Amino acid sequence: MAARPSALQRSGRVLLYVVMIIAAAGIMLPFAWMVISSLKLNNQVFTAPVQWIPDPVQWRNYFDIWVKADMVTWVRNTLVVSVAVTFLQVLTGSFAAYGFAKMRFPGRDALFLLYIGTIAVPWQSYMIPQFQMLSSWGLNNTLWAIMLLQAFGAFGVFLMKQYYESIPDSLSEAARIDGLSEYGIWWRIIMPLSVPALASLTIITFVQTWNDYLGPLIYLRDRELWTIQLGLQSFIGEYNAEHALVMTGSVLSVLPIALIFLFGQRYFIQGIATTGVKG
Amino acid sequence: MTTPVVGRQRTLGFSQPAPPPPLRTPRTSLKLRNALIGWTFILPNFLGFAVLTLVPVFTLFYMSLTDWNIFGTAKWVGLDNFARLVGDKSFHIALGNTFYYAALHIPITIVVSLSLALLLNQKLRGAAFFRTVAFFPYITSIVAVAVVWNMLFSPEFGPINQFLSLFTDGDVPGWTVSKDWAMPAVIIVGTWKDMGYYMLLFLAGLQTVPGELQEAARLDGANAWQRFLNVTLPCLRPTMFFVTVMVTIQSLKVFDLILVMTDGGPGQATLVLSQYIYQKGFEQFDFGYASAIAVVLFLICIVVTVVQFLYNKRKEA
Repeated sequence: MAARPSALQRSGRVLLYVVMIIAAAGIMLPFAWMVISSLKLNNQVFTAPVQWIPDPVQWRNYFDIWVKADMVTWVRNTLVVSVAVTFLQVLTGSFAAYGFAKMRFPGRDALFLLYIGTIAVPWQSYMIPQFQMLSSWGLNNTLWAIMLLQAFGAFGVFLMKQYYESIPDSLSEAARIDGLSEYGIWWRIIMPLSVPALASLTIITFVQTWNDYLGPLIYLRDRELWTIQLGLQSFIGEYNAEHALVMTGSVLSVLPIALIFLFGQRYFIQGIATTGVKG
Repeated sequence: MTTPVVGRQRTLGFSQPAPPPPLRTPRTSLKLRNALIGWTFILPNFLGFAVLTLVPVFTLFYMSLTDWNIFGTAKWVGLDNFARLVGDKSFHIALGNTFYYAALHIPITIVVSLSLALLLNQKLRGAAFFRTVAFFPYITSIVAVAVVWNMLFSPEFGPINQFLSLFTDGDVPGWTVSKDWAMPAVIIVGTWKDMGYYMLLFLAGLQTVPGELQEAARLDGANAWQRFLNVTLPCLRPTMFFVTVMVTIQSLKVFDLILVMTDGGPGQATLVLSQYIYQKGFEQFDFGYASAIAVVLFLICIVVTVVQFLYNKRKEA
């Protein structure tokens, strides 16, 4: 009687492992296919049966693409926008979060409710008036528009506020008694303590901006302003018969994000868990 | 600011015979100062937020009541745009497709991501690696992902149909080139991409389920399924609520996935509201009409969220 549950448990665990491995393989399949196809000759991409190991391995695509696509320009534009947005989002988000989390003043809670309310408002519903407004300021077809679009999201405020609330108030109280101003408390006490949350916000914002397709699609007309996503989409349209080359472009566009994710995934996961726990 | 007024009234109430005290007692000025400082913290972000989000949201309603195209200025037309919506077949299709996408994507994503979270919560070896794998699709760009999936779904030589034809004797779905299968294909990709995010939320929620409760239920003879229904799910309710709200809004506004995967096609088989707004606004420059469609999307999202909030409140009570 004592042996049976453990045998059952063991086979249950084996089953769980099998499920986990199959699920992982299924989830990664598109990426595997992407990388494998990028190393093939074009006519080897679609074969029956599928050729899972490229033979011979073709590195050519990774050289050709720099000639055929304006990757350098796209990456440069995307970097400019992503860095600017991340900087603004982290700075204004963590600054505002201090006001929401550590200070009491009239209007604070109503204001925060306004931020929360916009969770339910999709950008797609107000993209037209926003476009009109930014166009009337002459920002249509500029990188400024994309920066403004992304820099003041409510997400940064939520994330930082949630984290600040986990820092005991006694710390800021003590600093206040010692005569430190609120700005000083924010900069010298709270900011150094919230490095993990700042890292989360930085990584998440950067990746989001890097991946944004709709903003650039609506605002950026000139080829020399295109971001990586916009460029890749146009490249896919232009070279739609060259499957291997298109896959090479996809790999290159995903690669920086994959690297950032591998090194910073702890912050990624903590950041998302932080905003999700309380709701 | 209202602070000094409140402060003065309070002071007056306590000292009747004395002459009116100075407007700024130390306390009120401190309060005012505090409020000012508080506002300076919030202002940089709030200015951007107000100008770029709140102002457009309010302008939207005005725009929806105008006839405004690329050549002219806005002309007030009252509810004409909304009357036009009633007879617009494409609008009805887009509305129907949006609900179709939501009706499948919401429950499937919740079930799949909760299952993944429960699996990861079993403390298996390699769970951290699996978490990375499952989350990875969420952070990759939609453009790169859509082109790969379109190849995988390729009806003739795509690996998915090659695999399926092993079981179905060559009778395989046409996926993105078929009117009936394009939407399921999009939903599969949408779920694959989003599930890792919600899995993380569920996983965080699962950490709040008290172990003693699970143990007590086990001792009472509850099997795994009963423990899930009677212990885990009730404890997960706040997370479930948050996930449901988020995934619902995300489904109702679905756009870039469809734009790059099917462009609304074949025909209008995957045309959704967001894309119809885009077509009317940025391809045909019919800004007024596009805004009316956007108002509909806005109202659907708000109403659905409010209903979910009320339902959650009632269950909480």
